Amino acid sequence: MEYQVKNISPNNFEQCIKCTICTAYCPVLAVNPDYPGPKQAGPDGERYRLKNPEFYDKALKYCLNCKRCEVACPSNVKIGDIIQMARLDYDKKPVPLRDWTLANTDFVGSMATKMAPIVNTVLKMPIVKKAMDVTIGVDSHRQFPAYAGRTFESWMKKKAPDQSVYARQVSYFHGCYVNYNYPKLGQDFVKVMNAIGYGVRLLEKEKCCGVAKIANRLVKEAKRDAELNINSIRKAVMEGHAPVVGTSSTCIFTMRDEYPHLLGVDNSDVREDILIATAWLYRLMETEGVKLVFRPDYKARITYHTPCHMQKLGWTIYSVSLLKSIPGVDFVPIESQCCGIAGTYGFKKENYAYSQAIGKDLFEHIKEANVDFVATDCETCKWQIEMSTGVPVYNPISVIADALDVEATRRANGLV
Amino acid sequence: MKYNSIIIGGGLSGLLAGIRLAKAGQKVAIISSGQSALHFSSGSFGLLGSVDGHSVTNPVEGIKNLPAVHPYSKVGAEKVISHAAEVKNLLSEAGLTFKGDATANHYHLTPIGRCRPAWLTLDDYATCEDLAAIKWKKVAIINFKGYLDFYPEFIADELKKKGIVSVSYTLSLPDLERLRKSSSEMRATAIAKYLKGDNLDLFATEINRVLTPDIDMVLIPAVVGLDSEKPLVDLRSKVKAPLSCVPVIPMSVGGLRCQMALRRYFESLGGVYFLGDSVSSGYMKAARMVSVETVNLAPVSLFADNFILATGSFFSHGLVAEPHKVVEPVFNLDVRVPSDRDEWFRKNLFEAQPFMEFGVDTDPQFRVKKDGKVIENVYAAGAILGGCNPLKEESGAGVATVTALEVADLILNQK
Ligand SMILES: Cc1cc2nc3c(=O)[nH]c(=O)nc-3n(C[C@H](O)[C@H](O)[C@H](O)COP(=O)(O)OP(=O)(O)OC[C@H]3O[C@@H](n4cnc5c(N)ncnc54)[C@H](O)[C@@H]3O)c2cc1C
Ligand code: SF4
Ligand code: SF4
Repeated sequence: MEYQVKNISPNNFEQCIKCTICTAYCPVLAVNPDYPGPKQAGPDGERYRLKNPEFYDKALKYCLNCKRCEVACPSNVKIGDIIQMARLDYDKKPVPLRDWTLANTDFVGSMATKMAPIVNTVLKMPIVKKAMDVTIGVDSHRQFPAYAGRTFESWMKKKAPDQSVYARQVSYFHGCYVNYNYPKLGQDFVKVMNAIGYGVRLLEKEKCCGVAKIANRLVKEAKRDAELNINSIRKAVMEGHAPVVGTSSTCIFTMRDEYPHLLGVDNSDVREDILIATAWLYRLMETEGVKLVFRPDYKARITYHTPCHMQKLGWTIYSVSLLKSIPGVDFVPIESQCCGIAGTYGFKKENYAYSQAIGKDLFEHIKEANVDFVATDCETCKWQIEMSTGVPVYNPISVIADALDVEATRRANGLV
Repeated sequence: MKYNSIIIGGGLSGLLAGIRLAKAGQKVAIISSGQSALHFSSGSFGLLGSVDGHSVTNPVEGIKNLPAVHPYSKVGAEKVISHAAEVKNLLSEAGLTFKGDATANHYHLTPIGRCRPAWLTLDDYATCEDLAAIKWKKVAIINFKGYLDFYPEFIADELKKKGIVSVSYTLSLPDLERLRKSSSEMRATAIAKYLKGDNLDLFATEINRVLTPDIDMVLIPAVVGLDSEKPLVDLRSKVKAPLSCVPVIPMSVGGLRCQMALRRYFESLGGVYFLGDSVSSGYMKAARMVSVETVNLAPVSLFADNFILATGSFFSHGLVAEPHKVVEPVFNLDVRVPSDRDEWFRKNLFEAQPFMEFGVDTDPQFRVKKDGKVIENVYAAGAILGGCNPLKEESGAGVATVTALEVADLILNQK
């Protein structure tokens, strides 16, 4: 009996019954026959790799780490984790400059912010895009997200005194995108939180969540950042500024699940305190009676795109329920499908065509839905959908902030 | 989160119950850990094909000979048949065309060309009214180069036994050649993803090229039509002879299509489907379930007036075998399992295996029990019920769907 207990691997790979359900739901396998597919790349390949690392197949790099295989697996095999661990453990090739640049979102972001107008112009220039395509392999179809002239962190520093006035506090993990590219989303978050009586504070120290570093095999750097983030989160939780919420499903997913599974960083004491903003808001409304009041003149026809990591977290219901609760929203459901970008994956020249092929059906569904905009909790999905459909994409928190009647909300929550 | 009914398990049984309840105006949520046994369906659903080793031609008659513990005996023969008719309607509303009827079994071709009794078969697949009446004279069996999950030789042998001549052809298409690169993944569902649009036209042209005028049936592996029936309808219209599919080694394209179509239909009725989440525990007050918690949504609980447990059997972890006991892992409900492990199985693999009949204990209304006491608002449906041997009886999908509609009705008719 004991031998059964001892034979359980952290990734459940021995639980695989070879049913092949995962292969039917892998978005890459459907467009790229060079990819061995989740079953072969994951539990099957692992048996060989355990015997001899020579069996490592470099085609594993095509995995998006979308975890749709895990969601479908009836045997709870952590297929995506097995594949990512194999990449980290067995792929010993040096990380190329292009991957290093794409992965170091915070370093590159902080440099670019300082020179935002120049960088934005330069990155848009066809000749530069062509040059990046040819020299380092960043696909020239991609539009780099523009860098803001001023980081969200510096905006927050100014706001800190106003925020500390609130009796209740929440910590915000802004992530690289809000900090360097789109501070407006962070500002929207502050607006919503203030309206329900919460002050927002930042973590003592925040580094990139590390998703791009993990995807580009910069394990040591990712682990260092992860430890720093978890220590800051732990401190915030202990000081009572729990939970720590974010507006990017990928950052949140990475800190909750990839830290312990892929980087070996223990977060068990604070994992439940790391939440996506919509999940937390929903919970406040359900358990604490918090209310949101919306402007009667707000009108929009919208759909929600489920990012793969939101699907894996199982939290789509929170964002969708909040959006649907806005009286002026005409909600059009669409099927949950991968958009194909998977963070830095779609920026790489060798992946661009696959990326677009994966998202093709989704793009068509979005265009057919005839909506004013798409809501989604992930910034890279936003870039991909905007580029591929021309339909604007906003974070649900921005939608809520836009539709919110701040004064009425404050009154409804007994704040005035 | 509050619902009228919460269904745990989103396979054939959970989905059918969900559709029935949502159609009646209920607010319904389905929570499903992973994908279901439907993905392995042969494309045929069995209601009752055999009792005690004797084949059944009319399930209505067969049901009368079943033991009292059998789910059909609890539902009652008449209601089994009326539910079965309703199941066919619901499947059709979901966009799935089935042939067959509950009052007379037909026969479908198995992957090795044998004939087995069935209740409903997806329109794609080869069937016959009765064993003696296959009308084909000459059959063309088509396979793809490098595809290993389909057995033309076995099929040809079986056809020969019935006096039917057959010829086999192996075709190849450029895109499928690309698929062969990763041989382990040249599976039915992967092929189906490529067999549409231009590739489908090419396939039809290739088939027509090998056809001779005396061929009156083309049999292909069941690898067409993942998202809908349309690709197969198109293929049939382009091929110059009647064409049908033969089931292959799973994943089943037809089964997957059923799963997706039923889920879409359920969601279009306003149902909420949580995929990849598991119910981990329940909160009870006296003899009633008040709410359940899931792995992903905790600490938010899901409340409902009624709950349906449709978590399947061992394959889907609705039941879990430990070395010396079998448990229902969500609520630790009472199960009907002999305490002596030696009585769980027979050494001859091909005998009827007792473990196939294991299931949760219920009252006559399919309400589950814990520590001997009935939980008043928790019903069980589908494979988790046990009390039958779906494999030997050919009754798997029948039990799953009939009991689903039965418990949905019990919920809707509550005072
Ligand atoms: C391999 C195989 C092939 C079969 N082929 C046929 C066939 O061709 N024809 C036929 O008539 N019958 C067939 N059957 C019989 C089959 O049992 C029924 O047809 C039917 O599909 C059973 O449906 P179900 O909904 O009861 O269970 P399942 O399809 O097993 O679904 C149960 C669902 O519950 C989910 N679940 C389990 N635990 C939890 C939890 N704690 N929280 C949330 N969700 C949970 C699982 O992930 C799963 O999706 C086959 C069975 C198997 C195993
Ligand atoms: S779905 Fe899970 S059990 Fe099935 S083959 Fe894939 S990993 Fe194995
Ligand atoms: S994580 Fe996504 S891309 Fe990778 S194997 Fe699984 S389904 Fe395929």
